[in-house]
Amino acid sequence: MSETTVAEVFDEAPLVERARSGDTAAFSELVNRYERKIFRLAKHITQNDEDAEDVLQETFLKAYSHLESFQGHSKFYTWIVRIAVNEALMKLRKRKSSRTVSLDEPTDTGEDTMVREIAVWEENPEQKYSRDELREILDKAVESLKPAFRTVFVLRDIEELSTEETATALDISIPAVKSRLLRARLQLREKLTKFFRRKGDDVFAYL
Amino acid sequence: MLTCKDFLTELNDYLDESVDRELKVKLEQHVTECPNCFVVFDTTKKTIKIYKGIEPQVIPEDIHSRLMAALHKKMAAGKGYS
Ligand SMILES: [Zn+2]
Repeated sequence: MSETTVAEVFDEAPLVERARSGDTAAFSELVNRYERKIFRLAKHITQNDEDAEDVLQETFLKAYSHLESFQGHSKFYTWIVRIAVNEALMKLRKRKSSRTVSLDEPTDTGEDTMVREIAVWEENPEQKYSRDELREILDKAVESLKPAFRTVFVLRDIEELSTEETATALDISIPAVKSRLLRARLQLREKLTKFFRRKGDDVFAYL
Repeated sequence: MLTCKDFLTELNDYLDESVDRELKVKLEQHVTECPNCFVVFDTTKKTIKIYKGIEPQVIPEDIHSRLMAALHKKMAAGKGYS
């Protein structure tokens, strides 16, 4: 769950206002509040530590420079996420330009929504693993998704942006967000079944 | 009657609780009658819950320091477009 409580979001407006009027301590406080999430987001999208650090720095430097243009209609976090997503996508495109990495909708061959593994999971499957083991399992599964699916999943289900916010951040339509999210969720479910299934249950063929 | 394919199509909205009442009743009925779709529904729900439950890690100290150094440099120079 997010470390930002409702109370913190509620009293964030005055903090942002102070930062806007040039209070550098207030801006540093905002950095402390969100740097972990922005770094995680950057790592998930770029999948490269060096790029992720660049994205982290660029995001907060740009946010600082453009603070006047932040209107306060959205949450500060949503605003910096959009900056971070843009920076991260640029990095991703640059690094992978020699290979063909497309953020456009991959053609739906039916393959992505195919359900193969039907096995009951443990009641609280995450408890079978240590924090670090779990983190590695989850990160590896996300990394294996195509960028178009990965970015949507990260924004919707990890950073908990709304469908609309995700569509705006990625500059894609709402139906595209929904269809990519379904495919991402189903693929992750398949990948995680290997780790979380209840022992002794059979796997059935499905559909 | 919903088919398994229909169920899968609506799964996302069902998980996000953004289906209307009428459809919700149909989906609920399908999971009680279809063990396979129940498992897909339950494990996808758990997938999302597990990802949402994971806290971001603390940033390595050197990365945090470099970020703050870059910011302080910018703050000292005053606002400007990089
Ligand atoms: Zn079914």
